[in-house]
Amino acid sequence: MALPPLDSPQWQTSFRAFLWGARSIGATVLTLVLFATYLGIGALAHDSGFSLGWTLASTAFVWAGPAQIIVITTLGSGATVLQSAIAVTVSAIRLFPMVVSVLPLMRTEQTKRRHLILVAHLTAVTLWVECYRFLPQVPRNRRIAFIHGLGLGLVSVCLIANTIGYALAANLTPLLAAGMLMLTPLAFLFSTARNCRELADVIALVLGLLLFPLAAMLNSGVDILVSGVVAGTIAYGVHRARAGIVRARA
Amino acid sequence: MTGFIGDWHALAILFVAGVIPNQIWRMLGLWFGGGIDENSELLVWVRAVATAILAGIIAQIVVQPPGALASVPDWLRYSAVAAGFAAFMLARKSIFAGVIVGEVVVIAGKYWLG
Repeated sequence: MALPPLDSPQWQTSFRAFLWGARSIGATVLTLVLFATYLGIGALAHDSGFSLGWTLASTAFVWAGPAQIIVITTLGSGATVLQSAIAVTVSAIRLFPMVVSVLPLMRTEQTKRRHLILVAHLTAVTLWVECYRFLPQVPRNRRIAFIHGLGLGLVSVCLIANTIGYALAANLTPLLAAGMLMLTPLAFLFSTARNCRELADVIALVLGLLLFPLAAMLNSGVDILVSGVVAGTIAYGVHRARAGIVRARA
Repeated sequence: MTGFIGDWHALAILFVAGVIPNQIWRMLGLWFGGGIDENSELLVWVRAVATAILAGIIAQIVVQPPGALASVPDWLRYSAVAAGFAAFMLARKSIFAGVIVGEVVVIAGKYWLG
């Protein structure tokens, strides 16, 4: 699907721009990946004993796959509210740089902070990636409306996927139910691997996978935090050391 | 509607454990984001830790599987991830290819094992 040229009358109203944004969910394979992920989250929530309403509320108000999976798996396996909240907030720190880097793409001189609240809420890894791809083709004064359309379109797709996944988990044979639960780790692994921009990201991903089973032996209730902070810090250390070598050579 | 919502207590916990700790970073980005360089050293570290946490979650689901996934033997789950990763790399980092191959391995393997 091609967007209309920047000077097209199609961009004259915000509503049209919103619709173009919503239609753009059909123009990215990431929509399919999100669908699979949220199908898996729906199934996971069902098998962890949460209600469908709870699952849909988590998608609408959290709108971050990793945080939702952390809440479901930690609460589902008996962690305290505080332990879950800590793990969620650490996983969510990544949203900060995403929001920081995305907002300047759509700010104009007339833009007030409150105009950007919904954009900030909708910002997650998929939208962040798509902003860089789509926004250069959208006139600056219509970008907020476009992103509202795109973001709300993606949320709708995920709410539908949640409902289907939840219903299927209740009714599928154990074979297919197992297959659906496997969607979450597979989709996250490959989308994270694809988003690795620097060596530090690759090391963090690999070490994070390998260190978790070790950290799990501690049985601290915050195993994911322990392995994440250790693996991430080592990855950052390698990044620093490498930058130092490059500078020394130069 | 009680079946749909379940109990309200669980919904309150969702907000305290999930919504607030997650949203706070978006709102901080909205309020204080203006002056921060996306490539600063602090953010490189934050991104690395966030990536490693995500990796930990992936590992947790595969190593300590929930619900129906627990009926699949360990070696089959690990093989599915490995096969999916191979497909992902061979198909020039196609997420779709990786997910499909991983799924085929886990479902076919489990079906074959009975």
